[in-house]
Amino acid sequence: MKRFKKIMSSVLLASIMMSSVACSSQSENKTSANATNAAETNTSDEKAAEANSSDQKAVSDIKVGFIFLHDENSTYDLNFIDAATKACDEAGVTYMFKTNIPEGQECYEAACELADAGCSIIFADSFGHEDYMIEAAKEYPEVQFCHATGTKAHTEGLSNYHNAFATIYEGRYLAGIAAGMKLNEMIESGDITADQAKMGYVGAYTYAEVISGYTSFFLGARSICPSATMEVTFTGSWYDETAEKEGANKLIEDGCVLISQHADSMGAPTACEKAGVPDVSYNGSTASACPDTFIVSSKIDWAPYFAYIIDSVENGTEIATDWTGTLETGSVVLTDLGTAAAEGTADAIAKTEEEMKSGSLHVFDVSTFTVDGETLSSYMADVDTDADYTPDTEVIKDGYFSESGEGFRSAPYFDLKIDGISLLDTAY
Amino acid sequence: MSVKSKEPHFYISKRAAVDRKKAWIIRIIAIVMSLIVCGIVTMICTGDNPISIFATIFKGAFGTQRKTWITLQYVAVLLIISLALTPAFKMQFWNVGGEGQVLMGGLAAAACMITLENKLPNGVVILLMIVTSLLAGAVWGVIPAIFKALWNTNETLSTLMMNYIATQLVAFFTIVWEVPKGSGKIGIINQNSNIGWLPNIGNKYLLSIIVAMIVTAGMYIYLKYTKHGYEISVVGESLNTARYVGIMVEKVVVRTMLISGALCGLAGLLLVGGINHTITTTITNGQGFTAVMVSWLAKFHPIGMIFTSLLIIFMDRGASEISTAFELNQSFADILTGIILFFIIGCEFFIRYDVRFRTNTGKEDA
Repeated sequence: MKRFKKIMSSVLLASIMMSSVACSSQSENKTSANATNAAETNTSDEKAAEANSSDQKAVSDIKVGFIFLHDENSTYDLNFIDAATKACDEAGVTYMFKTNIPEGQECYEAACELADAGCSIIFADSFGHEDYMIEAAKEYPEVQFCHATGTKAHTEGLSNYHNAFATIYEGRYLAGIAAGMKLNEMIESGDITADQAKMGYVGAYTYAEVISGYTSFFLGARSICPSATMEVTFTGSWYDETAEKEGANKLIEDGCVLISQHADSMGAPTACEKAGVPDVSYNGSTASACPDTFIVSSKIDWAPYFAYIIDSVENGTEIATDWTGTLETGSVVLTDLGTAAAEGTADAIAKTEEEMKSGSLHVFDVSTFTVDGETLSSYMADVDTDADYTPDTEVIKDGYFSESGEGFRSAPYFDLKIDGISLLDTAY
Repeated sequence: MSVKSKEPHFYISKRAAVDRKKAWIIRIIAIVMSLIVCGIVTMICTGDNPISIFATIFKGAFGTQRKTWITLQYVAVLLIISLALTPAFKMQFWNVGGEGQVLMGGLAAAACMITLENKLPNGVVILLMIVTSLLAGAVWGVIPAIFKALWNTNETLSTLMMNYIATQLVAFFTIVWEVPKGSGKIGIINQNSNIGWLPNIGNKYLLSIIVAMIVTAGMYIYLKYTKHGYEISVVGESLNTARYVGIMVEKVVVRTMLISGALCGLAGLLLVGGINHTITTTITNGQGFTAVMVSWLAKFHPIGMIFTSLLIIFMDRGASEISTAFELNQSFADILTGIILFFIIGCEFFIRYDVRFRTNTGKEDA
């Protein structure tokens, strides 16, 4: 009987184990978003270890390695994977993907394996990959390491380590215009009163990139609907479908009539679809999953950056330490409008976009917002990352907060808490 | 054995004595069968031939020099955690709190690295890291042991619960130490000063491997040749016998869990100070649970655990490589790992029980 108990408990433990091992098997992996298995099978015999994961003809011998935090199930990573496939196919270079690489030593190992496999450019897509990319960059000086959303390239002094980001706050502002139009439509149709024009926003962390994102979205909406207010909740994770769904539901229960998000799963959009609340998405269209509530989504198109770094390596030119994509470079884009968008939205967005491009409108114009009731004339931001968050750079110039500004850094540093937005929880 | 259509079709009976040779044959058959099933499943999905699939598994673990080192390092960490849990298991104390004990050890190491940079010389910081990590792990292990000793609480539940407390503590300190502000990550600690980084011996992978070898040898001697080891087996076999021969069961439980927890803390120290140089809530990657299986599969034998942990890491990395090379989703690697573990665990049933199909004579007492 005792033996039997032993076995039973081992079976029980084993079932726990099954699930835990399943979580632990993400050591290394590369997949292509559009796996074409039939064409791939011939090469995989010989090249399994090298993982030559593209089947297109290479016109140059450049190989680009990509490191992704998750796989194509995350809207954030899918956006990168699509852009990488597109840019590499267009440039005719081969590529290797490593997906599900956590923000730890695994990232360093993945980068080294890519370098060992002959990649001349290695790109990582997640913020937490940065330190490990720097470690790998020190070890492989002849390989170019590029990292999206990172903050350290301009202070690290490595000639082969580069940061990139885009002025996505401009895209968020334009998405905010669409949200403002929707709020006005709801007010006009009598669904809500002007005072009830409260939006909800599901954020990840109280990090500058998120703050910059929701603030620009809010300013865009308020420029159209002056009575708009917003509530923000944070999930404490860049990707947590359950928490994002719960966050959106909480905001909807709180009386928010429109939701947007800065978190990478389908959690918030699907919660909105279920509740019938219009949603402004991020990273790409969610129209197929949420046909009734999708308004528009802003996203960064990384293909121009990938084309730029491939071109730089091909021609032997320097890659910029901090590269900032803009509306002009085609890096900041909006998806097609969904059926939930209000009438006239496309025209309003086009008009604002023109104003931005001409330089007559700045998203963070200090005359359009206040902090604790005061208008800002000066602000020192923590542009050079350090453990004490030392404010080091004056970022207000010519009457606007210069986000991702020339000579500063590409990643956002706007971390002001402006009036009109209430943060529900700031634990993260 | 002939199978008749009469009922019952077969009998299951416990084997009187498990023949070791026979046991290993069953295990090898199970592994081969698991590989065959993996091959069939992969073939159905990819249409490739099984030989290249098995070659890919091997290449995933040992394809390049770097891959080999990484595999061995993973084995080392998993082995240390498995060894840590083993003395507790041997005395029938179900310590499923390895995850939390490792995390606490790692947290202590990270705390030293972050708060003592620029305050103390590197050697002193490392010494303090070692002491605090072992202590933190030991404390996390001994709390459920004291509860068990004093009030006979269920240790499976309490050690499991302690995991969640440890995870939340790490989450809390991540926010305290995050860089830059609001980002929710600590990043590499002391990236430029390298204060508190455990020294590289030869290359950056070797330190963990050497530590694992020392711990393995030590645990083998401890369990087999010391009085403590003997007491652990007696307590494990029968509490009444232990009391009858004058063993203080409570003392043994507390002492063993101190060792178990401290060794988990050591694994945490290696993960934070030697490998990742950061702390996150997911740094243990479920190995505190995987280690339970490693220990069980090896029948709590330290030398056997070298092979079981190698097997698990090998399969894990190999399965991952399959999904990579054949451009399948990560979930496919999980499916393959699941198949393999199903066979490995399932075969234990056939080792302990004899399955006989009904013959004409029939055995009523089987």
